[in-house]
Amino acid sequence: MSETAIASPSEAQKSKARPRRPSAFALLLNNRLAAFGLVVLVLVVASALLAPLLPLADPNATDPANRLAPPLSDGHLLGTDALGRDMLSRLLWGTRVSLAVGLSASVIAAFAGSLIGLIAGYAGGRTDQLLMRFIDLMMAFPYILLALAIVAVLGPGLINALYAIAIVNVPFFARNIRGITVGLARREFVDAARLSGKGPVRIVASEILPNVLPTIVITLSTTVGWMILETAGLSFLGLGAQPPQADLGSMLGEGRKVLFTSPFVSLVPGLMIFLVVLSINLLGDGIRDVLDPRLKAGALAKPSARTAVEKNRRWPETKKDETSDAVLDVKGLETQFRIGRSIHRAVGGVDLSIRPGECLGLIGESGSGKSVTAMSLTGLVPSPPGRITGGKVLFETDDLLAVSDKELRALRGGAVSYVFQDPLATLHPLFPVGDQIAEAIRAHQPLDRSEARAKVLDLMRQVRIPNPEARMEAYPHELSGGLRQRISIAMALANDPKLIIADEPTTALDVTVQAQVLKLLDGLRRERGTAVLFITHDFGVVSEIADRVAVMYAGRIVETGPTAEVMANPAHPYTRMLIDCVPVMGEPERRLDAIPGRPPPVDDLPDGCAFADRCPRAAADCRSGDIAMRDIRGRIEARCLHPLSPGDALRGAA
Amino acid sequence: MSDMLEIRDLTRRFGGGRTIFGTTKPQLTAVRGVSLDLKRGETLGIVGESGCGKSTLARMLVGLDRPSEGAIRLDGKDLTEGGAKALAARVQYVFQDPVSSLNPRHTIRQILEAPMKHLLRLNGSERKKRLADLCEAVNLNPDFLVRYPHEFSGGQAQRIGIARALAAEPDVVVLDEPVSALDVSVQAQVLNLLDRLKRERDLTYVFISHDLAVIESVATRVAVMYFGRVVETAPSRKLFAAPLHPYTDLLLNSAPVPGKQRLRAGGDTGELPDPYNPPSGCAFAERCPRVEEDCRRIDPPLEAKARGDDHRAACLHPLPAD
Ligand SMILES: Nc1ncnc2c1ncn2[C@@H]1O[C@H](COP(=O)(O)OP(=O)(O)O)[C@@H](O)[C@H]1O
Ligand code: SF4
Ligand code: SF4
Ligand SMILES: [Mg+2]
Repeated sequence: MSETAIASPSEAQKSKARPRRPSAFALLLNNRLAAFGLVVLVLVVASALLAPLLPLADPNATDPANRLAPPLSDGHLLGTDALGRDMLSRLLWGTRVSLAVGLSASVIAAFAGSLIGLIAGYAGGRTDQLLMRFIDLMMAFPYILLALAIVAVLGPGLINALYAIAIVNVPFFARNIRGITVGLARREFVDAARLSGKGPVRIVASEILPNVLPTIVITLSTTVGWMILETAGLSFLGLGAQPPQADLGSMLGEGRKVLFTSPFVSLVPGLMIFLVVLSINLLGDGIRDVLDPRLKAGALAKPSARTAVEKNRRWPETKKDETSDAVLDVKGLETQFRIGRSIHRAVGGVDLSIRPGECLGLIGESGSGKSVTAMSLTGLVPSPPGRITGGKVLFETDDLLAVSDKELRALRGGAVSYVFQDPLATLHPLFPVGDQIAEAIRAHQPLDRSEARAKVLDLMRQVRIPNPEARMEAYPHELSGGLRQRISIAMALANDPKLIIADEPTTALDVTVQAQVLKLLDGLRRERGTAVLFITHDFGVVSEIADRVAVMYAGRIVETGPTAEVMANPAHPYTRMLIDCVPVMGEPERRLDAIPGRPPPVDDLPDGCAFADRCPRAAADCRSGDIAMRDIRGRIEARCLHPLSPGDALRGAA
Repeated sequence: MSDMLEIRDLTRRFGGGRTIFGTTKPQLTAVRGVSLDLKRGETLGIVGESGCGKSTLARMLVGLDRPSEGAIRLDGKDLTEGGAKALAARVQYVFQDPVSSLNPRHTIRQILEAPMKHLLRLNGSERKKRLADLCEAVNLNPDFLVRYPHEFSGGQAQRIGIARALAAEPDVVVLDEPVSALDVSVQAQVLNLLDRLKRERDLTYVFISHDLAVIESVATRVAVMYFGRVVETAPSRKLFAAPLHPYTDLLLNSAPVPGKQRLRAGGDTGELPDPYNPPSGCAFAERCPRVEEDCRRIDPPLEAKARGDDHRAACLHPLPAD
């Protein structure tokens, strides 16, 4: 039995020393516009709250003798209105009313809408259909018309306006919250809670609500400004606050009558509305960005079309020109991700070479750098944060890291093509697959429509898609996983590539389908002499298809050689342990020796051998200096100071 | 050994019925008439490809889904009789995706204590004791109880998922692809852990996987599913040594084996029948190398062939015993 405790003490200490993430509030203040909004809002709210304590005139005391006094006149800082009431006093009391009504309406709308959304989303089925049809019905009416209709029924008045605004905003919350709840209700942790004995009410309250709360807050903070505006609108029309009570909307309405003689009477409440709505919306956007970074403007900005390459990158000189017949010859490839202050060395000096018609298997655990290696070859790693800092990628005679953008574009999908794990992610959902294959062809070859169609059919036959004439009209979602993957392979073959890079192309497929796809790829590369770089984490798959295999660990190749030799007599302890820890069909009694621990994080690689912490053969010399690849038994190369000989036990150094 | 869990003619249909506009919704049958028995202390492995109904069957066993027809009996009593809580206290579930089975906003302690609180009604000090015991059982550092799920790797999260399933002290644990989302090096750690827990706690497992090598290494008995049915069931050794059903044979020949390069028979299309429009005879007929005319008429029942009563297959022309 070899299990390992979840983390060693050193790991626990490390995570404690990790700098804490800045708090949500600090992030909010970092956003200048949001901070500005917050300051303005605090000032407005504070003055409205303090209105009863301030030495203000009675907001409703009329003084006809002093009517329409201009701002800055004696005793009236902002002047007086048409009835001689003090504008400053009315403004502060009015803001108080508007804020209170707008905020209450928002809270009521948020509460009722979220409740409907939670119930509809969690219950599903009929309850959901009924509730949402009702919500749709409400949304079918023009928004302000609905509010007017409600007030017409309830009668004018501030409280009725509040209800009207709250009601018309309910659908907005209900829809948003329902959408998220539906997704959450299907998540496995909700099933887990059911199996923990929690009832529906408890699940909604303690499992789902905490996960929707950020969305409720976001929706609230981005709508409350508009709701204040809408209440002001109703009051402006005389349907909200009734005279003599002041709110921002009714003040604006009263100012309208003297707009030309005394514009300040409407200007003052108008400006206040502007300030309130502006500050709330700036703050709301800031809150949204903090709580949901994905929505943040700029986060979705397109990365550059090609990975940034360091100008003075270096590569190891070849000793002899042994690999001149290779299609692909990678030397010392280094790719890094710079995230904040840490540098993740995802690929730390990789050498690969593949000859025509050869299949090289690249194998390793997740996070070992296989995909980044594959993407780096034609500059597909997003920059920023990716950056190629060293090495050379010789494809035939060109260094792909140095060719022009135009040449690179011609190569991608042309002489070098990719097949990925998830064909749904690479196929466009809205176009028939036949058109997509034709598109792939015509991006590189000037064929007319009928020629392209003939070629598409030919390719679909080559990848053995039954009934290609009918299937070319199908959309990706109409095809099974196996057929979709064949379509991706057809696209990869479209322009007679010299090299196919297949990144876990069969991982998502069932075994019988995997067997067919492997057979297909194997046949194609033998018939056409196409070189294949086949990435996988499965030794079984590698054994089936690869002539040679390269084992990757923590960003570097640690062992490479002919597949049969590496599988039978691996020299590197990691390879051996990785082979030993998977169950093998036909050997049910086999002991599974788990590899203790985890790979080192690539932003904090140890000195010496990266595998030393998990290696039973590790000795003092393993923990310093760079360990180079060395020839072993003339057939294999391994990056290890104490390699295994055939028949060696793992424990104890050689 | 007695039969602990009896599954009889279990069927689950999705869809059907009418929308509120009166149109009928298309209907598919995910599980069609499955009967299986589970003995105390065994590990029943269920294999089959995606969409064959494994997960649907598993969810019905733990009460997350209700059968359209058929019965599940636990120690002779109908499963649904005592209510969901009584069932959850005896049959538990381990999910495929360890990370998404843990609520991101709950601490590990909250997650592990929930079944103790709601199913067993343990008080504070009892829970504390049980928590310590669970942490030890799955090698979880007790300091980590205050942390949130995102701070754990897949393998660690799966141990927490296993601890959650064990918190209610169940007799049966249904494991739905428990190691499929894990890296191979971590997979072995979890398989070894499951093996030890089973022996220490006298558990009975239903272990679902699409990986034949994993099934062969853990299961005492295997059921192969295809298109909603069990098409073959046998003690693990017998099934892997000489399958009866052509589909099992195809599965065994398709799985890649490390260190071997094998010639595969070609010609298989890999396509499943349309679940909304199932064929009348044997569902495997379109792909079967042994298909004969009668296969398209008769839907073969699961029955013992010439290899003893414990080795059954749903096939009219089963493979000979080499
Ligand atoms: N909630 C559902 N609604 C409709 N179809 C479903 C639902 N759950 C599962 N299915 C269908 O049932 C079949 C069996 O699914 P599943 O049990 O998940 O298979 P497996 O676990 O073997 O991958 C599939 O065709 C699947 O699409
Ligand atoms: S023996 Fe030393 S060099 Fe070789 S893998 Fe182990 S730690 Fe690394
Ligand atoms: S019943 Fe016929 S078609 Fe079905 S598996 Fe057996 S031989 Fe093949
Ligand atoms: Mg499943």
